[in-house]
Amino acid sequence: MTTDTAITTPTDSRRVHYLNASYGIKSWLLTLDHKRIGILYLVMTTVFFIIGGVFATLIRLELLTPQADVVEAATYNKLFTMHGVAMIFFFLIPAVPAVLGNFLLPIQIGARDVAFPKINLLSWYCFMAGGTLATVAIIMGGVDTGWTFYTPYSSTYSSFYVPLALTGVFINGFSSILTGVNFLTTVHKMRAPGMTWFRLPLFVWAQYATSIIMILGTPVIAITLLLVALENVFGIGIFNPDLGGDPILFQHMFWFYSHPAVYIMIVPGFGVISDVIACFARKRIYGYSFVAFSSLAIALLGFLVWGHHMFTTGQSMYASMVFSFLSFLIAVPTAVKIFNWTATLYKGSVSMECPMYYAMGFIGLFLIGGLTGLFLSTIAIDIHLHDTYFVVAHFHFVMVGGMVMAYLAGLHFWWPKITGCTYSEGWAKVSAVLIFFGFNLTFLPQFVLGYLGMPRRYHVYPEEFQVLNVMSTAGATILAAGYAVLFTYLILSLFMNRRAGPNPWRAKGLEWEIPSPPGPHNFDVTPIVTAEAYAYDEEDVTPATPGAPDEGSPIPREAERTEA
Amino acid sequence: MSDNFPLFPEQASTFAWQVDYLYFLLLGLSAFFAVAVVFFLVLFSFKYRRRSEDERPRPIEGSVALEVTWSIIPLILSLAVFSLGAGAFFRMYRAPENAIDIYVVGKQWMWKIQHPEGKREINELHVPVNQPVRLTLASEDVIHSFFIPAFRTKKDVVPGRYNTMWFEATKVGEYHLFCAEYCGTQHSGMVGRVVVMEQEEFQNWLSGGVSGETMVEAGARQFQQLGCETCHKESDQGRGPKLSGIYGHLVKLTTGQEVVADEDYLRNSILDPGSQVVGGYKPIMPTFQGQLSEETLLQIISYIRSLSDSE
Repeated sequence: MTTDTAITTPTDSRRVHYLNASYGIKSWLLTLDHKRIGILYLVMTTVFFIIGGVFATLIRLELLTPQADVVEAATYNKLFTMHGVAMIFFFLIPAVPAVLGNFLLPIQIGARDVAFPKINLLSWYCFMAGGTLATVAIIMGGVDTGWTFYTPYSSTYSSFYVPLALTGVFINGFSSILTGVNFLTTVHKMRAPGMTWFRLPLFVWAQYATSIIMILGTPVIAITLLLVALENVFGIGIFNPDLGGDPILFQHMFWFYSHPAVYIMIVPGFGVISDVIACFARKRIYGYSFVAFSSLAIALLGFLVWGHHMFTTGQSMYASMVFSFLSFLIAVPTAVKIFNWTATLYKGSVSMECPMYYAMGFIGLFLIGGLTGLFLSTIAIDIHLHDTYFVVAHFHFVMVGGMVMAYLAGLHFWWPKITGCTYSEGWAKVSAVLIFFGFNLTFLPQFVLGYLGMPRRYHVYPEEFQVLNVMSTAGATILAAGYAVLFTYLILSLFMNRRAGPNPWRAKGLEWEIPSPPGPHNFDVTPIVTAEAYAYDEEDVTPATPGAPDEGSPIPREAERTEA
Repeated sequence: MSDNFPLFPEQASTFAWQVDYLYFLLLGLSAFFAVAVVFFLVLFSFKYRRRSEDERPRPIEGSVALEVTWSIIPLILSLAVFSLGAGAFFRMYRAPENAIDIYVVGKQWMWKIQHPEGKREINELHVPVNQPVRLTLASEDVIHSFFIPAFRTKKDVVPGRYNTMWFEATKVGEYHLFCAEYCGTQHSGMVGRVVVMEQEEFQNWLSGGVSGETMVEAGARQFQQLGCETCHKESDQGRGPKLSGIYGHLVKLTTGQEVVADEDYLRNSILDPGSQVVGGYKPIMPTFQGQLSEETLLQIISYIRSLSDSE
């Protein structure tokens, strides 16, 4: 039915869709449409990505030489702190759930919106309030604690702006919680008739698993930050040893949230990759239920491994062993995912288009990120590698190599759906290749640096580490060029007037059965789902049939007809 | 160290090979899985590339047997590596009985080190080769981490408590000493060197210099000056418990709880005396919080320890 050729007509531009349904700043800032809120998040997370990227650039420039020459020590410390805060709290955590999730989750399950549209908007305002406070803290004087905010340095020895930044992170946490509540309720209550749990796209499963982590984990970081505030304001000894507190307690509480938060960042990416690979291999994802449940397994196990960040703190030897053991268990569901993605290509019809470039890049880089995680789970090795560049390289492989590549795969995959425009496929491939090689050149040398013993957060370092640092900076330059190309052609695509049809990839799933961009209410008639989201073998049978029994054509055509 | 492009750190302690062989084992395993996955990705992408736009590949039902297989193989391998890593850690955890003690205090942004014999140094640690060394680590301010890459070991230096670490150097030479836990502005300046010397040479070095006072002697002097002995007498008649013979033994608190009187307990009882009072005594001791440096505390504790050595 709805193939790209079917409805690509000039009348498209006159059709009412979510972008032209109303105009003006107010129509955006007060919107309750999940798609527009997704766009609001897209714009703001991109702003924070650019801010964090600028900080990263300055860091890499400083590390070009062993001496301090670009910035002084205090400035350098602020740079890596703010790079971490901007990227983690204001880009990585919200990017896939709040941008792609907000836009796609209701459409993929056949709903007109999320369960609580007003709460959805509120979550964006929490994000904005938190982001504004953090930005003010950066502009006023900066924060130099590292994104981990370890006590007692953060609570007693650092600058006045730390509480301000902490408040920003605190408020931003509510945006995660609200999004999580919304998604869970939406998936439970608003699935279209016939959209059973095992017909859900894996993207929805991944968002569901992520939402669980958001709801269970985020309150803990909020409590922790409140306790820091209580200690500072009322002098109650909680983390400060001079008041009888325990600084290590902070690390327990911090990582109880922040380790699961790593999965908040990466699990939604798994969902994107599953959907992209299925589409470009034209195959049901291999081992669908294993892939779905491995997301849940990772989400739950992720809560039990926080102590692997603390092997060197002097925590009990047996505690370290238990945390190490549980960390190794996470290798299993992760491996299962990678094997299933690979197996999906077997006897498929594999087309290497841009989203697939990113998906392949994701598998390769995430594989290295995951395997190096095993080094760090091995206690004896971690004692040596903890707080070195090995750790830095490991989490950049997972977060940038994994999560950002997945996000870009998703962004390229759904860009025609979101904007109604197609981008330049050639430039997209160029940027994907630049990003892949630039990334590897940046971070592979850091594994070597880490094993050699270069500690992280050093702005001057022994001379023998210079060659590897120069390689890393060279890689970062290529990486930056890749991102610059990406921003350019994506923005240009909006002005090129190359209309995307409703289904440019001939993909399956409800979102591809409605026009691009979707109408204000997604579906004019509630779809009735008769097949799963990956029925790639059946060209003519669509996963959904329209609700109106007398109307044989799918929903988009109906919308077209009323237009014409 | 003059090498400009090193790929592998020097091996200078008994831990080094234990860690390195695990590292190479994992490197091998990782390379195997990475190559295998990439091989199949490339193979499938090429072999099953789309030849016509209208291709509709037949669906393949998943195989539970295959899923179980590729769950169990990583599980077994993971558990094997876990056991090796935990086993090595277990062996590395406790210092041998014959380890010599050296005391380290971290403060923003320097390492202050004192040897029991009285020798002190800053940002340098001299140790004998082929001799287990146990470090007791204290912090004056924030969390630091004592890291010697050539020895493959580190330990956080946490304010408010003592951590210990140990190593046995196997090669005479000079090695990097880093602070690994971010500790503020000059964190990357909190570096130094570890000098491993032949045993005889080390003894000569230790007895050189000016300070004639050992840590125990310094502690005894402090003990007297602070007036501790007015209450902690040689007999059981004092207002505070007798301290000789207490170190390393169980003491019964007023709460009925029993704790081992180790360094941490002694430190806590000096700084926060009301929190763990020995049964039969009144909580009358004043606090010394804020009055003693970590180095002085270590001297006093060394002295109290020495009262049990003579038994």
